[in-house]
Amino acid sequence: MILVFCELKDGKIRKASLEALSEARKLSGEAPVAALFVGASCAGSSDAAAFGADAIIKVEGPALGAYSSDLFAAVIADAVKAKGATALLGAATPLGKDVLPRVAAKLDAGYAAEVTSLALVGGKLQAIRPVYAGKAFATVDFTSGIQVASTRPNVFSATECPKAGAVETLPVPAVDFKAIVKEILAKGGGKQDLTEADVIVAGGRGLKEGANFKLLEDLADAIGGVVGASRAAVDAGWGIPHSMQVGQTGKVVSPTLYIACGISGAIQHVAGMSGSKVIVAINKDPEAPIFKLANYGIVGDLFEVLPELTKAAKALSLAK
Amino acid sequence: MKILVALKQVPDTETKIKVAAGGTSLDPADVKWITSPYDEYALEEGLRLKEAKGAEVTTVSVGEEKAKDVLRNSLALGADNAVLLKSTETGDPLAVAKILAAYAEGKGFDLVLFGNKGFGSDNGAVGAMVAELLGISQANLVTKLEVSESTFRAEREGDGGTEVVEGTLPAVITAQRGLNEPRYASLKGIMAAKKKTIEEVDGAAVTAAMAVSALTLPPARPEGRKLDGDAATQAQTLLGLLRDEAKVL
Repeated sequence: MILVFCELKDGKIRKASLEALSEARKLSGEAPVAALFVGASCAGSSDAAAFGADAIIKVEGPALGAYSSDLFAAVIADAVKAKGATALLGAATPLGKDVLPRVAAKLDAGYAAEVTSLALVGGKLQAIRPVYAGKAFATVDFTSGIQVASTRPNVFSATECPKAGAVETLPVPAVDFKAIVKEILAKGGGKQDLTEADVIVAGGRGLKEGANFKLLEDLADAIGGVVGASRAAVDAGWGIPHSMQVGQTGKVVSPTLYIACGISGAIQHVAGMSGSKVIVAINKDPEAPIFKLANYGIVGDLFEVLPELTKAAKALSLAK
Repeated sequence: MKILVALKQVPDTETKIKVAAGGTSLDPADVKWITSPYDEYALEEGLRLKEAKGAEVTTVSVGEEKAKDVLRNSLALGADNAVLLKSTETGDPLAVAKILAAYAEGKGFDLVLFGNKGFGSDNGAVGAMVAELLGISQANLVTKLEVSESTFRAEREGDGGTEVVEGTLPAVITAQRGLNEPRYASLKGIMAAKKKTIEEVDGAAVTAAMAVSALTLPPARPEGRKLDGDAATQAQTLLGLLRDEAKVL
């Protein structure tokens, strides 16, 4: 059996979790797939049935309202053992990346991070994952009895495949946890994390100053995207936080659409976004290396092009 | 306070990746080796705690002879001791975590610091695994750290915001960019480090849970097209192509 650790956000299963669940369904064939939910409330988890969960396992209680890595790891590892699962998948979200390696160590299982392709070979997982910040791909064969992998968001498709979704509840283990999230500061205003965004509008040094990021935000709002930045923009002291940085030393993203504005295309940036499905480059320098990657290039002044794009997008009402 | 900082030797981040004969690993020819960039924040944090609270900082690396370069560098920056855990099992995060945990077990470290991931392998897993193997708390991707006698408070990059994690020591902390600004080694430090001894210990014998069976380069992206006309025309054309040809809007 493959167990999929799923996350809920605002009462809905996260898209990245549905992608992992769908992939588990595809890998499993006729073998069972179970979706695991952990939290103060697991309301919304029943949707997992539509995406291929034979079983929906809920571990809920007030003790799980705030995230504790050691407590959540214990809950997930217990569920793997209780169900006799041989593989555990979860999305490579901030929480998934925090807890899954810990679960793997608990289960003496190998762990592959941010995989972009999965197969079952001889009953064990085989994963392909980006290494060197996407400059190469490694095929990883597991030898451990249990295998754990986190799936990179936006790579696998979330496909409906209705199954029974029989609900089970497991108890919250009595773990004396050692660390917990006490509060969340500077909430991102409900904005999606870059790593999960479908559309990213990113700006670089060509934006000239932080205030001009407003142009990117306007376009992002018009087409349903999230704003990112190059290292040059983050390092320029324009007040752009590192959490917005795309690149080798920032976030590695794989959106459907990446619009690079005033970004030259340094290796360090390209490493973080070359996995994007469609890349658009807007740059006044026709020789900028970013054009080598771009499916569509606009050689021009972004201060003219961006407002035109926003205006045209609004006219088409493209925001989802 | 006793602090352990785990360092990984990695190819320089500007390295052009070439696959070695055999097709499973990086061709090491012409590769310049450096300390994994995130590990520099971990070491800096350890050194700052040492200066503020009088801690003893030990650096450790799992690897072969050449990994001594990063350890030597850590001594030049101010680490008190450096230990090479000799092993060739560096491809599987769980194996590395077991070697590190076996070394750290029982030595009374209050903090075990890591970079949030090793450049290249990009797993971001060893820190959390060591925390589990040692049965201690963890906070990953930390951008601000405060420690008291027996507890810590860490700000980390969480889901759409900054999370405050509080927990008890000992703890594993993995560093994110923004935690601090790493220092450069002074000439005096470099000279002094040359005289210090790097302890060499055989890493615990472990069995890898996974192995890389192929390393490949990503396919080249197809030739793109440049759009003509003035800004308004380019914008219209682009949106049309994104919607009707690429079908991404």
